[in-house]
Amino acid sequence: MVAASLSTPTAAAGAGPGGWVTALLAEAASGADALAASRERAAQALAQTPLPTRRDEAWRFTDLAPLTGLKPSLLSPAPTAQPEPAGGSLRLTLNGHSDPLAGINLPAGLEPISGDGLSESLGQVLAATGSAGLWPVLLNGATAQNVLALRVRGTVATTLELVSDAGADEGILPLRLLLILEPDASLEVLQVHRSGGPNLTSVVLEARLGEGAELRHGLLAPGAEAACLLATVAVEQATGSRYSGVSAHGGWALGRLEPRLVQREGAAHSALKALQLADGRQISDTHSQMVFEGPDGRLEQLHKAVADGQGRSVFNGAVQVPRAAQRTNAAQLSRNLLLSDRARIDTKPELEIVADDVRCAHGATVSRLQQDELFYLQSRGIAADQAARLLLRGFCEEVLQALPAAAAAWQPLASLLGEQGR
Amino acid sequence: MIRPDAPVLLEIRDLQARVEDQPILKGVSLTIRAGEIHAVMGRNGSGKSTLSKVLAGHPAYTVTGGTVRYVGDDLLSLEPELRARAGLFLGFQYPVEIPGVSNLEFLRVATNARRAGKGEEELDTFAFEDLVRERLQVVQMDPAFLERSVNEGFSGGEKKRNEILQMALLDPLVAVLDETDSGLDIDALRIVAGGVNHLAGPDNATLLITHYQRLLDVITPDYVHVMAVGRILRTGGKELALELEERGYDWVDAELAALERTPAEVG
Ligand SMILES: Nc1ncnc2c1ncn2[C@@H]1O[C@H](COP(=O)(O)OP(=O)(O)OP(=O)(O)O)[C@@H](O)[C@H]1O
Ligand SMILES: [Mg+2]
Repeated sequence: MVAASLSTPTAAAGAGPGGWVTALLAEAASGADALAASRERAAQALAQTPLPTRRDEAWRFTDLAPLTGLKPSLLSPAPTAQPEPAGGSLRLTLNGHSDPLAGINLPAGLEPISGDGLSESLGQVLAATGSAGLWPVLLNGATAQNVLALRVRGTVATTLELVSDAGADEGILPLRLLLILEPDASLEVLQVHRSGGPNLTSVVLEARLGEGAELRHGLLAPGAEAACLLATVAVEQATGSRYSGVSAHGGWALGRLEPRLVQREGAAHSALKALQLADGRQISDTHSQMVFEGPDGRLEQLHKAVADGQGRSVFNGAVQVPRAAQRTNAAQLSRNLLLSDRARIDTKPELEIVADDVRCAHGATVSRLQQDELFYLQSRGIAADQAARLLLRGFCEEVLQALPAAAAAWQPLASLLGEQGR
Repeated sequence: MIRPDAPVLLEIRDLQARVEDQPILKGVSLTIRAGEIHAVMGRNGSGKSTLSKVLAGHPAYTVTGGTVRYVGDDLLSLEPELRARAGLFLGFQYPVEIPGVSNLEFLRVATNARRAGKGEEELDTFAFEDLVRERLQVVQMDPAFLERSVNEGFSGGEKKRNEILQMALLDPLVAVLDETDSGLDIDALRIVAGGVNHLAGPDNATLLITHYQRLLDVITPDYVHVMAVGRILRTGGKELALELEERGYDWVDAELAALERTPAEVG
């Protein structure tokens, strides 16, 4: 009797987590756009993939409850106020529906990908990085109504700003991005994702870097109460390419970032710098994965987290160095600042090293504000609370200063700490 | 400069302090008047830095007895930042590095806190830049150090210069300089000593903690105190420092032993 009643459509539609997906899919399926076929495939896969629970290793510390409590419908956020873009940057606003390139003159070196080129390329990097089956990626694929897809040739001097604001309404904002950097191309991209209410911003970026290409990538995501963020950054690197990802997220009820990198033949350079903040009852989560499929690859990874209130910070840094990846040089450091007794930090390196001739360093520290540093500032007339703020800021700046220069206009620290009016 | 009628700035009476359960200061008494320069010497571990940190209000030390009056106020009842705003300055033996906090901003916030303490207006960023550039010359420091994080990656000598730069900006009434001379090369010692002399005036006072006569050759102290196991064992003029240089601290043991045997007669 109980089983039967659970499987009735009425019971499934609203309350249960499985029903949440069903209700969302019903709304997202419509449309005969360029993504229709891939959306259909993702929808089928999603319908068969159980919602992650805390019994899944990858979601052990991260409860999806803030997400499945949201209204399962697509969002069309209205434009919100934005700071003036910095000189030398081109800002594209993403709202999940309209074409962000409409009426835009792309700078030299950037051109949209469409038609066959698009259907050939879309999803390739997800497959190469083993991301295609991840629940957040399926959710994105099953709901995204359009994709911003760009091919990059040569050195693009303009910084590309990709900006969304889910606003105050309920619902889900799926955003899909594809960048293909031809050999020796060079580009700087800054993603900014904001929200002001009970909604989900779901972002998937696929980036393919050809030989010798360089992508400097920033992601700044200041959240809001009841808002969720699921962001996946999948990067496939050819030899001689350089990827540098700098991310900062915080203030989300649930904010999870999954950078997933693969060096297809090794001999590439990857750098990840991240800052995440969790205050109140927020969850800030990063699950990164770096796979070296060939020799002589490099990774430099710094992950910083601050947990205050009853916030919860989760970091899992997977690095895979199979036998083919001799002479890999990887360094991962996780530095955490615990500001309250009720906050929680879980940090874990996950190194799978099979190759024997490698250098893989990893380390993790969890500390509180240093008494001697606080006292030094106080002894110069700076009040204890202001001194604590200065130290917190100092901790964050190391990452924030590495964001693309265009990020300054968004006041990264103030926005992450929720100190500025929206 | 000793003027018996000059106002008392700092009066320490029988100060006792411990860290965790270990007593370190066992009754320090010291009176400092405006215009005076005092030197405190003594073996490693005798309690000199502890004295300086207790004066500045470091939370690791608990005061278990005695009083400290600072320009008439009860110093020990003030939070560290209020002591600083009232013009008490501690130049640290080991200045801490604070990654991510810009030296320039730190100096500006500190300077404005002190200015507020003196009832002066805050300086905006431009006015402060002018001031700091002028004061940089006192310690002949490269302006490039302003752009770096507080003390981060500074050499030992550069940290000490940064301390004197702070002193020059904060215009202290009483400056306690804890081994500001150690780790300095000969030129830097001259520069730092020159800075201290330049800042010393009839209305303020300086307490120099040092191990070396070479500093006292350049900054002439009015009083020299010798600390041993948490007290001031002897006080004299500048010739006491010369005597120490010659004789070392062996006599301290004899005097301490005498103290142990007949505390009442000596005390
Ligand atoms: N925070 C602390 N925890 C434990 N012991 C301490 C602490 N601070 C000081 N002490 C101890 O108190 C004693 C006095 O130390 P202090 O640093 O005041 O000496 P000092 O006279 O400045 O020595 P030096 O000439 O080497 O700088 C030492 O034995 C030291 O180990
Ligand atoms: Mg000392």
